[in-house]
Amino acid sequence: MIALPKASDVEVKPPMGILLEITHRCPLNCIYCSNPLELARQDQELGTEEWLRIIDEAADLGVLQIHFSGGEPLLRPDLLQLIHRANERGMFANLITSGIGLTRRKLDELVEANLGCFQLSLQGATEQTMQIVAGGPFWKKKLEVAGWVREVGLPLTVNSVLHAKNLHEVGAILDLAYEMGADEIELANTQYYGWALLNRDHLLPSREQIEEAARVVEDRRQRYGEHMDIVWVVPDYYDDFPKPCMGGWGDSLLSVTPEGTVQPCLSAQVIPDLNLPNARDRDLRSIWYESGAFNAYRGFDWMEEPCRSCDRKYEDFGGCRCQAYMLTGNAAAADPVCTYSPHRETILEARQQRKTPETPAPLYRSMDGPKA
Amino acid sequence: MSVSTEAPRLARRVRLRYDEVRDQHVLLLPERVIVLSESAAQILGLVDGERDEAAIIAELQRRYPDADLAEDVREFLAQARTNKWLQSEARR
Repeated sequence: MIALPKASDVEVKPPMGILLEITHRCPLNCIYCSNPLELARQDQELGTEEWLRIIDEAADLGVLQIHFSGGEPLLRPDLLQLIHRANERGMFANLITSGIGLTRRKLDELVEANLGCFQLSLQGATEQTMQIVAGGPFWKKKLEVAGWVREVGLPLTVNSVLHAKNLHEVGAILDLAYEMGADEIELANTQYYGWALLNRDHLLPSREQIEEAARVVEDRRQRYGEHMDIVWVVPDYYDDFPKPCMGGWGDSLLSVTPEGTVQPCLSAQVIPDLNLPNARDRDLRSIWYESGAFNAYRGFDWMEEPCRSCDRKYEDFGGCRCQAYMLTGNAAAADPVCTYSPHRETILEARQQRKTPETPAPLYRSMDGPKA
Repeated sequence: MSVSTEAPRLARRVRLRYDEVRDQHVLLLPERVIVLSESAAQILGLVDGERDEAAIIAELQRRYPDADLAEDVREFLAQARTNKWLQSEARR
């Protein structure tokens, strides 16, 4: 059961950003993918009119940043139409893509549609790592796409999700992003949901790997900092305190799955009984301000000890609700990353469970279920 | 302080808009929203790739004849350049 806070307890501000996962279909098979294991099929995806309505409702609600993601958003033939509408409504449109499937002509159309930023994923700094992580020969195409984006002068952000299989290449990834002409690179650490959780023992890096990577990132920051912003966040499994996940539940962001489920964060679906609303049935305004799921962990009244009486709650909001649920079975518990959590041992154990010779091979993401 | 004679232009990754819902001027960048003060919004609103700094200052001076604003405007534009809100020469 989820206790709903009284409306008067929490002042809810309009959301700043929305992430639309317009499809789960994807040509890549990444072992670190945070999409759910049960991927939405094409016939379950929202139609063009439904996405256009969601974009309008988001604009009316005050959303300023819109992210088109997936899966691979380029697979939707109506992508341009959706970006065009987002621009008409004054939102800054970001495309989060693998680049696979892009043609030069399509890129020109994206420029014409006034796309704000092209965010290209980079799974590694070598053809071999790309193959291991994404499960296919995508390397050359990616380099070609980066070249085109630079040619047309579209703002480019490189997104790299880091884990044990590519952390040793972080320096080369930064060099490559710089060569590609990126304005910014986001080095995100793997979030252990969905496919990434399935492969966690392969992906979880050692503390030494992270410390070495942090040194390399610092070195590149000295070199490139003036031209390319480098965003790097230490994976929270190695922190003593949790991150302020999403800046607080239902604080500024919402995300929509291919089937229209609206979530306060990308992985909220892992928490049962949330009764997540669907954009097919309700408008975003009512979902944002009135739904039980969005109000469930707003404010501080839902908190238990040790969070409730802790001053850190104003900074970290008790950490990540999804991680708390997955590791303790209770979504209202303190994020077990926290030193004060009574479940801290679950994190310490996970750190020990890195790959051994007995760990079976990683499983690749596919619409038909995990593939060796 | 160096005085630029070039006409500043907003960087391609930057959009200036008025946010009706929150009743404020904002600058939109990839993944970022920067809330602007009224004066910052007025200055950036005059950045159009045609007016140089002197023309921007002259226009603001016309709007606010009693204010001594030239130095503040130059400083703000220099900061805007540092923040990469304005176009600069390609890095290579």
